[in-house]
Amino acid sequence: MSGGYHIVVCGGIVPDPLQTLEPAVGPTGPALRNEMMLPAVLDPWAGHALFEAANLAKSQPGSKVWWVSMGPKAKLQQLMMSMGQKVPFELVALDGSASGFTESAEVAAALAEAISSIPDLDQSRLLLIGGWESASRGAGSTLQIVGERLGIVDQFQGVDEVSVQEDGSLKLLERVEGGKHQISVCTAPPIVVGWATGKLPEPPNNPQIGMMNMRTVMPALQRAKAVQVGTGSLNFVSVRLPEQRRSTRIVKDATVEEIAQEIVEWIKD
Amino acid sequence: MNPVTEIERQSFDVDIVCVGFGPAAGGFLTTLSRELLNEDGTPRYESKVMPGMPLQISCYERADDIAFGVSGVATRARGIRESLPEFNHNDISMAAPIKHEKVLYLLDPIGASRRPASLKVADRLLGLLKWLPFYERDAFELPYIPPFLRKDGGYVLSIGQFLQWVGSNLMGSGTVTIWPGTPVASPLIEDDVVRGVRLIDQGVEKDGTPTAGFMPGMDVRAALTVVSDGPVGAVGRQLDEHFGLPEGNHQSEWAVGAKMVVDLREDVKLEPGTIFHSMGYPEPEIFGFMYAHSEQTVSVGIFVPSWFNNPARTSYRYLQHFMMHPYFWKYLEGGKLRSWGAKSLQESGKRGEPFLVGDGYARVGEGSGSTNVLSGSGVDEAWTTGRILAESVMEMLDQGESFTRENLEKRYVQRRRASWVEQEGRVAEKSRDGFQKSFVKGLMGMALSGFSNGRINISGNSHSGRQELPSAEAYYQGKIPAEEVRKIREDCKSRGTPSHDPLMDRAGWPQIPLDGQLLVSQQDALLMGGKVQAAPGYADHVVFLHPEFCESCGDKVCVDICSGQAIEADPDSGVRFDREKCVHCGACFWNCDQIVDDSGRTNIEFRAGAGGLHSAEN
Repeated sequence: MSGGYHIVVCGGIVPDPLQTLEPAVGPTGPALRNEMMLPAVLDPWAGHALFEAANLAKSQPGSKVWWVSMGPKAKLQQLMMSMGQKVPFELVALDGSASGFTESAEVAAALAEAISSIPDLDQSRLLLIGGWESASRGAGSTLQIVGERLGIVDQFQGVDEVSVQEDGSLKLLERVEGGKHQISVCTAPPIVVGWATGKLPEPPNNPQIGMMNMRTVMPALQRAKAVQVGTGSLNFVSVRLPEQRRSTRIVKDATVEEIAQEIVEWIKD
Repeated sequence: MNPVTEIERQSFDVDIVCVGFGPAAGGFLTTLSRELLNEDGTPRYESKVMPGMPLQISCYERADDIAFGVSGVATRARGIRESLPEFNHNDISMAAPIKHEKVLYLLDPIGASRRPASLKVADRLLGLLKWLPFYERDAFELPYIPPFLRKDGGYVLSIGQFLQWVGSNLMGSGTVTIWPGTPVASPLIEDDVVRGVRLIDQGVEKDGTPTAGFMPGMDVRAALTVVSDGPVGAVGRQLDEHFGLPEGNHQSEWAVGAKMVVDLREDVKLEPGTIFHSMGYPEPEIFGFMYAHSEQTVSVGIFVPSWFNNPARTSYRYLQHFMMHPYFWKYLEGGKLRSWGAKSLQESGKRGEPFLVGDGYARVGEGSGSTNVLSGSGVDEAWTTGRILAESVMEMLDQGESFTRENLEKRYVQRRRASWVEQEGRVAEKSRDGFQKSFVKGLMGMALSGFSNGRINISGNSHSGRQELPSAEAYYQGKIPAEEVRKIREDCKSRGTPSHDPLMDRAGWPQIPLDGQLLVSQQDALLMGGKVQAAPGYADHVVFLHPEFCESCGDKVCVDICSGQAIEADPDSGVRFDREKCVHCGACFWNCDQIVDDSGRTNIEFRAGAGGLHSAEN
C-alpha cells in the first residue's frame, strides 16, 4: 500500500501474573488485593499484537504505530520503562481502571473516542489491532466494539498472521477449530485484527528505541485524559480466581510421553 | 565468518549513566532531578551530547521491575527525610513509623544449636531469671537498647514499595529515565578512564553463543558513570578488579540475608511499627529481625554471616527455625507467606570501601562501603551517598568542571568524608572484629565500639583474605561421627541435593512441619513467595571458571548456601547451575572456597544477568 499503514494497537495492562493475586472487595467494587502495589505488565495477548504491528510497520515504509492504552497513569508509566525499549510507537494514554472489573462496552467507548481524536489518523489506512482475548478477563469483546464504534466492518479474530500481498491486499490467517486456519483476503483497510499469538518472539530491549519512545511517552502520560469506567454500572455478585491445585516436583529431562502420561493420571485423579 | 557475530555493536551517548536502581541511585536521581529544571520549566543544564536538550540521564536496572529489591528495612531515614521534606509514609504501601523497638536474646528451646561453653553457662544462668518481666517464651528482652542501635523516629519500609514510589516520582518528573530489565555487563574502561557502560548481550545461548536473534549489548557512553549496583554488581566488582582496592581495605566479610513477608492471622495484635531484633538463635552467629508493617503484615528474616563457619550453611532452613522460635511463633503461627527473598550484604562496611571515584566514574551505596555494620543500617546510608554525589555533581555542572578523578575527589569525596555516613562508618569500622573470635567477644566488641564512639575496639582479626571454613566433619565433631557426615555428603552429592537438611536433621534440628502456607519447601518458596523467572536469550550469569575445581571440591558450600537451590551437585561435572531458579543473591561467589589465583578470586564468577525474583513486597 502506498504511504504505509496507520496501525493503532489497543493494549491494556494487567497485574504481573507472577505476583500473588487475590480478589477482594474494595470501596468501588471488586478488585485485587493490594492492586496498586503490584507491578503491571502488558497483557500478553496485546503484547503479541504490539510486536506484530511493529513488525508490519517496519516492513511497510511510511507506516506508523500508535499504542492506545487505558490504565492507572502511574502503572502505565512503569510499564513504559520496560515496553518502551521493545518497539517504536507513539503512546495515547487514558488514565482509568485496568482492573478487568469493568464493562467492555464502557472501555471500548473510551478507546474509540481516544482513537478518533488522534491527529492525522487516516481511517482509510487504519489497521486496528489488539489482543484477541485478555489475560484480565478473556471476554474478547472490547476490540470488536471499538471497531464497531469506529465503523469498521471488516473484522478478523484469532489472527496468527497478516501479510501484505503484491497487489496491496491483506491476507489473514484466522484460527478455526482443529488447529487449522481460515484464510481471508481483504482488499484494503480499515480492518480490525484481534491477534492470537502469532509467531514473533518478544523483541530484545533496545535502549535507542527506548530513548526515542520516551520523548513522546512522557508528554502523552502528562496529557492522559481521566476516564471513568467500572464505577457503578455493573454489580458483581461474586468474584473468585480459578482454584489452584499445585504439587511441585522438579524433574529434569522427562520425555514428552512421560509428561503427557502424568498429566492424564493427574486429570483422572 | 558467522554473520550472526558480525552484527555491529551499537553505541549511543548520554550525559550521565547510572548502573542499578536501588536506594543509592534513588538518592542520587531524586536529588538531581529536583534541580534539573529552572522555575520557568526550562532546563537548568544543557546536554553536551544532545545540544539544545536538557541533561540526558539514564539508569539501567537488571531486575524486571524497579520494585524487585530485597531488604529488611527499619531505618532512621535521616538522609531520606532530608532529601524528601514532604516524605509521608502514608504515600508508600507497607510503610509505618517505628513505634516500639525490642532487642531480644533468644535461648535455644531445642538444644540443637552449636553454642560455645561460655554461652551455655550464660544460658543456664539466664534460665534462673525466667521470673523476670524481661523473659517470655525462651527469650529475654534487653531492658536497655544502646543509642547506636536505636531507630528512633524512623520507619519500617518495604524496599520494593519504597523504590517503586521513588521511581514513580522520578519518572513522573520527566527528567530522568530508568530502564528495568536491562542488565549492565561491564564498565567501558579506556586508558583507566571510565567512558560509560556496556549492556548485556541478548539473543544468546546459556553459554553465551549467539543465536539467530543475537543483539550485541549496546555501549552507553557517558561523561559520568554512577556505579550503584550493590555489593555483588558486575560493574562495581570489575572496577575493583581493574583498579584494586585502597591499601588496607578488603571485602571479605559478607552475610546472606533471607526474609519473608508474612500475613499474620487475624487475631494477632501487633502494632504497625513494632520492630524486633534478635540474637542467639537458631545459631549464635545468626541475627534475626521481625518488623511490623501496616495492614497485619510483618517482615521476618535472618542474616547468615561469613564468620558462621558451618560449611553446610543454609539461610532458608535456619530462617524457618528462627520463625518457629516460641517467641516469634506466637505471632507467626497460622500466618501466610506473601513474599520471600534473599540478598548478599557487604559486611566489611567502611573497611570494604573501594576507590570512590576515578576518571569518569563515582561509586555510591552498599558497593561503596557505606553500610554501617554496627547499627546494621544500610538503606539510609546508601541513599545519602547518592544524595551527596548529586549535590557534588550539580556543583561541578554549575562550575563547568569535567568529571575527572581530581574534581570528583574535591567535590564528592570530600563532602562524603564530612558526612554522618562517614563519621558513623568509622565508629563502626572495627566493631564486629570480635566475632572472628567468638560470639561473646563479638557482642562485647560491638558494645565497646558503640559506647566509645569507635575509640575502643576488641582487637582486630578481620580477615584480609577469604575465610577458610572447616570441613563438615570438623564442624559437626561431637554431634555426628565423621564417617556418618562423609556418608551423608556423598549420598547428597550422588542425588544432587544440598546436604544441610540431612546434616541438620542428624544434628538434632527437628524437621520443618510443612503446612503449605507459611512453612513450605524451599522450591515452593520460589513459586509462592514472589516467583522466579529468567527470560530466554541471555547467558548464564553464574559461571564456574574451572570445572575441575568443582569436581574435586569436597564441601560445595555453593550448593548449600544457594538461596534458590539453583546450584546443585552434579555427579559428573561437580556442580550445575539452573538460571531459572536463581534469585541473584550472589551468595555463591563469596561462599566458594576454591581460590583460583593470588588475588583471592574464587572459582565462581557472578556476572551480569537477567531475571530473578519477582516480588514487589520485599
